[in-house]
Amino acid sequence: MATAGLHDSELGELQRRLVILRVGLLLVVALLGLRLWHLQIREGPYYRDLSENNRTRSVIIEPARGLIYDRNGVLLANNVPSFTLYVSLEDVKDRDLLIEKLGNLLGLDPSLIRSKLTARGSKQLPRKVKGRLTLREATLIEAHRLDLPGVMVQVESQRNYPGGVTASHLLGYVGEVSPEQLEKPEFADLHQGSIVGQYGVEKFFDRQLRGQAGQKNVEVDAVGHEKQTAVVEQPHAGDNLYLTIDVRLQKVAESLLGEESGAIVALDPRTGDVLAMASRPGFDSNILSRELTPKQWAEIVQDEGRPLNNRASQGQYPPGSVFKVMMAAAALETKAITPSTSIYCNGGYQFGRRLYHDWKAGGHGSVDLRHALVHSCDVYFYTVGQRMGIETMASFAHQFGLGEETGIELPSERVGIVPSDAWKRKAKNEAWLPGETISASIGQGYVNVTPLQMASLIGTIANNGVTFRPRLVQAVLDRATGELQQRVATPKRTVQLRPEIIPLIKEALAGVVKEGTATRAKSALVTIAGKTGTAQVAALRTGPEKDIPKKFRDHAWFVAFAPVEAPAIAVAVLGEHLGHGGSASAPLAKELIEAYVKLDVPAPSSVTDGAVVRKGDAGDRERDDRPGD
Amino acid sequence: MLETGNEMIDRVINSRGFDNFDFRFIGLVFAILGVGVLSIYSVTHDQGVAFPFYAKQLVWIALGTVAFLVMWLSDYHRIARLAYPAYAIILILLIVVLFEGRSSRGAQRWIPIGQFAFQPSEFAKLVLILTLAHYYSEAPRVGWLQRVVLPGLLVLPGLLLILKQPDLGSGLSFMAIYAAMLLMVGVRSKALGIILLFSLMLFPFAWELVWGSLHDYQRQRIMTFVDPVYDPGGKGYHALQSKIAIGAGELMGKGLYGGTQSQLKFLPEGHTDFVFSVFAEEWGFLGVLALLVLFVTLIWLSLEIVARAKDQLGALLAVGIICMLCFCIVINIGMTVGMFPIVGIPLPLMSYGGSATIMTMASLGLLLNIKRRRLSFF
Repeated sequence: MATAGLHDSELGELQRRLVILRVGLLLVVALLGLRLWHLQIREGPYYRDLSENNRTRSVIIEPARGLIYDRNGVLLANNVPSFTLYVSLEDVKDRDLLIEKLGNLLGLDPSLIRSKLTARGSKQLPRKVKGRLTLREATLIEAHRLDLPGVMVQVESQRNYPGGVTASHLLGYVGEVSPEQLEKPEFADLHQGSIVGQYGVEKFFDRQLRGQAGQKNVEVDAVGHEKQTAVVEQPHAGDNLYLTIDVRLQKVAESLLGEESGAIVALDPRTGDVLAMASRPGFDSNILSRELTPKQWAEIVQDEGRPLNNRASQGQYPPGSVFKVMMAAAALETKAITPSTSIYCNGGYQFGRRLYHDWKAGGHGSVDLRHALVHSCDVYFYTVGQRMGIETMASFAHQFGLGEETGIELPSERVGIVPSDAWKRKAKNEAWLPGETISASIGQGYVNVTPLQMASLIGTIANNGVTFRPRLVQAVLDRATGELQQRVATPKRTVQLRPEIIPLIKEALAGVVKEGTATRAKSALVTIAGKTGTAQVAALRTGPEKDIPKKFRDHAWFVAFAPVEAPAIAVAVLGEHLGHGGSASAPLAKELIEAYVKLDVPAPSSVTDGAVVRKGDAGDRERDDRPGD
Repeated sequence: MLETGNEMIDRVINSRGFDNFDFRFIGLVFAILGVGVLSIYSVTHDQGVAFPFYAKQLVWIALGTVAFLVMWLSDYHRIARLAYPAYAIILILLIVVLFEGRSSRGAQRWIPIGQFAFQPSEFAKLVLILTLAHYYSEAPRVGWLQRVVLPGLLVLPGLLLILKQPDLGSGLSFMAIYAAMLLMVGVRSKALGIILLFSLMLFPFAWELVWGSLHDYQRQRIMTFVDPVYDPGGKGYHALQSKIAIGAGELMGKGLYGGTQSQLKFLPEGHTDFVFSVFAEEWGFLGVLALLVLFVTLIWLSLEIVARAKDQLGALLAVGIICMLCFCIVINIGMTVGMFPIVGIPLPLMSYGGSATIMTMASLGLLLNIKRRRLSFF
C-alpha cells in the first residue's frame, strides 16, 4: 500500500484537473438539455403529428362491383374472393431489398414491381403490386412476413365471369385504372389500383357498376399488423345490371359461328332489345381481367384474327345485296319505280364504257321489284340507283340508321360509311363519279355498314318502319336503395314511307326464303323473311370460289326476321370470307331463329323482381347447358 | 485473493461503515435502475413470454448488486493488483468470442453460457480502467514513452479485438477511457504534440482500418447521421424514429404505455440502446430533465470521491470509471436525439443487458470502495 504516497504531487495535479471534467460535463449536459428542449418543446407538436401518422394508415375499402345478369336473371359477371398483394411504402425500410425479395418469392419482374411502387400517388395509401395471388403465393408471403415489412396480403373481390368466353365482347372485362385514365375527371375519385371496366358493358356502365370506395383508419404496428380499425366511410356497392340478352340464345349464336370469323346480332325489333350479339374470334373475359404481362398483351393485340374487335358493332363491311332492302323502300317512296315496274336483265348493265355484271351470268330476264328482291337481281337495282341518284340513296340510308351510331350502349361503336358527293369530297377530296352510284346501288363500293346496323335495318322493316335504339340493359338494381329501375325502350325514329311500301317489301323478303336466294333458311317451325348479301373483298376475281385464298373470299351476309306475320326477332349474320350469303349465312340465321322460337319467350318482356327470384334455377339451367361440362 | 465473508463483515464494522454519502449514492443508483426497469417494462410487458425482458433485467440487477457489494467491500488495491491477469483473461475471452461467439446482426459479441450470453467487451472496459490505473500508479511513469506509448500498446490489442467483432460502441469507449485517463494523468505538451502529429499521420490508415472493419449497417448509421430525413423508410430509420419518439413526448409525455412509437414497435431496440427514447416519449421533457438531474448528481458525487481520493490509484480508478460512464451517457443520449451517429452504446443503468448492468454496478461499487478507503489504511 506504500505506493500511494509516492505520487502525491501527481495526485494533487490530477485532482486540480477535475475542474476540466466538471466544466465539460455541465457543458455537455446543457447541450443535451437544449437539444431535448428543441425536440420536445419547440418541435414537439411536429413530432407528435409524425408519430400519429406513423401509426395510423388510411386503407381503402374497395366496393363490391355490381353484378351483371342476363334478361332471365342468369349470372354473367360476379365477384369472387382473391388475394391481393399490397405494399405500404411508409413501412418499407429497404425498397431495393424488398423488390428483390418479392421478385424471388413471386417470380415477378423486379422492374414491374418497381414501377408499381414508384407510380404517382399518395404515399399514405398502400400500393397494389399483384392481384390474384395463388393460395401458394399468399401463404409464401405470409410465411416470410417478418422479412417483408410493409407487405400486406388482403382478401379482395375479383371479377369473375362464370361463362368465360360467353358474351365476352358484350360484357367486356375489367382492369386496373391506367395512369392516363386517372388524369381524367370521370376517374377523379379513384386511385392507383382501382378496378374499372375497360371494355364492353363493364366500361360503358362503369359508373353504375363501380360503386363507391369506403375508407378505414387502421392503427398498425411497425410490422404492419393491424391493431385497431375504425371505418371512416362505408363502401357502397355498385348497381346490378340486367341485360337484354338471353344467354341461351347468345351461346347458340356463338356456337353457330364456331371457329369462323364473323358476327351475329339478334334484336327484338319491337323494343330494340339485343337478344344476342356474338363476335368471333373472341376472348375469355376472365383472362383479360387479370393482370397480363406485356408479352401476353402483345399476343392478344397482334393476333391476326383481332379477337378484341367486336365485329358486331365495330366491324365494317360492304352490305352487298342486303342494301337492296333499303333501295327498294327508297325507290318506291320516291316513285323511281312502282311495284310493277319491269326491267329487263340480260346479265349486265352498260354504263359509259364499262359493263356492270349481274351476279347471274346470262341475267334474270324481265323482272319486277319482287322478283328483283327474291332473286337479288343486280341489274334491276343498277337501274333503280341510276334513277334515284346517290344523294337520294344516301338520305334514305341515313333514315335507316346507316352512317350513324345505332346508339348501342357499348364503347367505340363504328358508324360505317354512307357515300355521297359531300362525303367523298370530304374523305377523298374528289368529286363523286356517276359510275360509283351503280356500285353503291347494290351495296358495294364505298358503302360500309356494321352487322348491328344491318340488324337494326331489318328490324325497322320488321317493325313497320319504327326503329328502336338497340339496348343492352333493361333494368338496373340500385344497391343502395334496393330499387329496381326499369329502363323504358324508346323509339328512335320512324322511316318516312307510305304505308303500303313495307308490307310489299316484307312479302318479297318472305319470298327470298320461300323461293329465292335463301331457301336454305326455310324453317318448318316458323316463317322467316330475309335478304342475302355478298360483300366483295377483292375487286378482281378469277376462277371458282374454292381456288381463291380464304382471305380474299367474299363476306357472306344474311339478314332476317321472324315470324313474318308478327316479327319478334331480327337477325343479322355476317360470316367473314364465307362466300355467298344464301349458302353460308342463311342457315345460321335459320338455326338461331329456330332456337329462339324453341325457347318460347313470352312477348315483349321486361324484367320484374321475379327475374331475381328466378336467378337460381336459371343459373342451374345455364350450367346444364354448358358444352363440354 | 478475495477475503472470506467474515473478514468482509469485520472490515465494514471496523471502518466507519455506511454514512449519509453512501445512502445518497446508492439511492441515486437504484433510482436510475428503477427508471430503466420501468421503461423496459413499458416496452416489453406484452411480450407474451414466460420470462420477459423486464424480469430478466431484475435478475441482472440482483446479480449486479452482488457485484456492487463485492467491489465495494473489498480492497481496491488488491483488486488493482489483479489487473494484468484480468486483462490477459479478457483478451483471451475476446479471442474466444471471435471464434465461438454468438452472432447477432452481423456482430459476434457474445459467449453463450447456458441460456444466457456473456459480452466480454463490456467487462473489458472496467478491466482496462483497472489496468491503466494500476500501470500509472505502480511506478512513476516519466517521459512520453512511458506515459503515452506503452499504455497505448496495452490498449491496442483489446481495441483491435473489439473492433474486429465488430463493436464500434465498445471500441469508442475503449479509446475514450484511454484518452480521458491520459488527460487526467497529465501529459507534457511535447508528448501531446508528438501524439497529435502521429495521429494526424496515421489518420488515413486508421480511417481505412476502422471504416473498412465496419459492417454495412454501421457505415449506414454513420452516414445517415449526416442526413437522416433523406429516406424515412430506409437507412435513417432508427435515428428518425427515435427523434419522433422523443419529440412526440413534448412537455408532459404520453404517460406509461402511452408511447405509440415504442408500443407499436416503430422504435427499434426500445429496451436496449433506445430506452432513453422510450422514457422521453412517455415522460416528456419534465421526466427527461429529472433523469438528467439524477445522472448529473450521480456523476457529481463520483467526482467528489476523486477529489477526496487519498492515493493516485484510487483517483485514477475513479476518474476512469466516471469518464466511462459520462462517455456512455452522453453518446447514448446524443445518438437518440440525433446529435451523434448511432454507434450502439447502451445507456448505463437503464438499457437492458446483463453484462453491461453487472459491469456498471461493479464499477459503481468500486467507486464507493475508493471513497470508503480514504479513511482506512491497512
